[in-house]
Amino acid sequence: MSKRSERHGALSVSRTTAVAARVLTQIRRDHRTLAMLLVLPCLLMTLLWWMYLDAPGDAFDRLGPVLLALFPFVVMFLVTSVTTLRERSSGTLERLLAMPLGKLDFLAGYALAFGLMAAVQSVLAVGVCVWLLGLEVAGPVWLLGVVAVVDAVLGTALGLLVSAFARTEFQAVQFMPLAVVPQILLCGLFVPREALPAVLEVVSDVLPLSYAVSAMTHLTASDSTAEVWGDLAVVAGFAVAGLVLGAATLRRRTP
Amino acid sequence: MMKTTVQVEGLRVVRGGREVLHDLGFTLPAGQVIGLLGPSGCGKSTLMRVVTGVQAGVTGSVTVLGEPAGSAAVRSRIGYVTQAPSVYDDLTVRENLAFFARVLLPGSGAARRQRVEECVAAVRLGDHADQVVGALSGGQRSRASLAVALLGEPDLLVLDEPTVGLDPVLRVELWAMFHGLASDGATVLVSSHVMDEAERCDRLLLMRDGVFLADDTPAAIVERAGVDTVEQAFLRIVRGEEAA
Repeated sequence: MSKRSERHGALSVSRTTAVAARVLTQIRRDHRTLAMLLVLPCLLMTLLWWMYLDAPGDAFDRLGPVLLALFPFVVMFLVTSVTTLRERSSGTLERLLAMPLGKLDFLAGYALAFGLMAAVQSVLAVGVCVWLLGLEVAGPVWLLGVVAVVDAVLGTALGLLVSAFARTEFQAVQFMPLAVVPQILLCGLFVPREALPAVLEVVSDVLPLSYAVSAMTHLTASDSTAEVWGDLAVVAGFAVAGLVLGAATLRRRTP
Repeated sequence: MMKTTVQVEGLRVVRGGREVLHDLGFTLPAGQVIGLLGPSGCGKSTLMRVVTGVQAGVTGSVTVLGEPAGSAAVRSRIGYVTQAPSVYDDLTVRENLAFFARVLLPGSGAARRQRVEECVAAVRLGDHADQVVGALSGGQRSRASLAVALLGEPDLLVLDEPTVGLDPVLRVELWAMFHGLASDGATVLVSSHVMDEAERCDRLLLMRDGVFLADDTPAAIVERAGVDTVEQAFLRIVRGEEAA
């Protein structure tokens, strides 16, 4: 066995999948978290459907897709920021960085694991919405799932990034209102984005969740997918930028 | 001519605006167990972090296995155990090792699995290998962490207080293992604040407030101070310095 490891910098597939498999094993062992990740979005979508059951109009068809974009983003943001923080404070991150593991291997491993979790979560939530609750989707249903997964990866990327600025799990959780709630307020859920005051519209234009919600809304309203792919590309761009910035916050040397 | 594993010259470390290591210089040869001894807070852990290349705020020259400390080429040749067991609480001992092995050791799965079993056996955790680390005792967790450091058959093993809280039988076994690794050619740097462990080392670095008080074999240190134990020698040297 060669003791001298190969130089790295490029992403290592085997190390990335090692990290992803390890994260998934940890989630699998934590039954409560697993149940929350998978069942909670379905229950909340059902609650939304129930709320509007007797109301006139198509409010569920309008709001449902927005929430389908929100859940994977918010959930993965929280889960990732707490898990990575734990990894930083337990010393396992330092140990990994002292090994021949690239920072991007580490982050990509997390993104892969949570992306997979998000895929399962979305399949369940989208399935419940479309087949049980009668959500009307004009575009292809599978694309709804793709958008949800990309949103989840975005949540993972931002969660990784903010965990660098938190010292405790307490603080990490508090970053949720700071990093996520403004995006929810400005994403077009409450006031259509074009009806926002000019300054807020510009702010909303540079927030990734706006594009995630826009992709979902397009999908349910029309069967042309060009705009969806455009929005999706923006969200994916933000996710990649978040991962790269997150990599920059992982320091091998610490005071 | 002995091979040099670690060479340090003019080392200073600043943490939080305060210099904690003052102009240290030393070399560690291959094939020895070197004890880094001193009271809590004297800079042992910082020095160990410098050698493994994870400490920021370092000036001076630190060469490890012929390369600057922390460079990619030497990282896989060092095993480092921090005071806090750096393993995943929610995975079993075996799962922890299997994961770190996948990160550390490229190549076939069978060879990796065999290495995992060897390391579990080396730290005497065979009976607990399928238990979740979080359910183990403090001493067992730190041994799990030690097992991870052994995975890559490192040329330099840096162990920060690895024997805290272990029963005497196990401590003797671990020290025997350290000497076994050293006789196979590895360099083992072990810190401790328990002076009676010092006698087991091939060489001692006695440290206080970020400087070395002595750097020699335990026998030579004891003899020069004209006392019976390393602990007495430590006291004699400190009082001598304070009187001077």
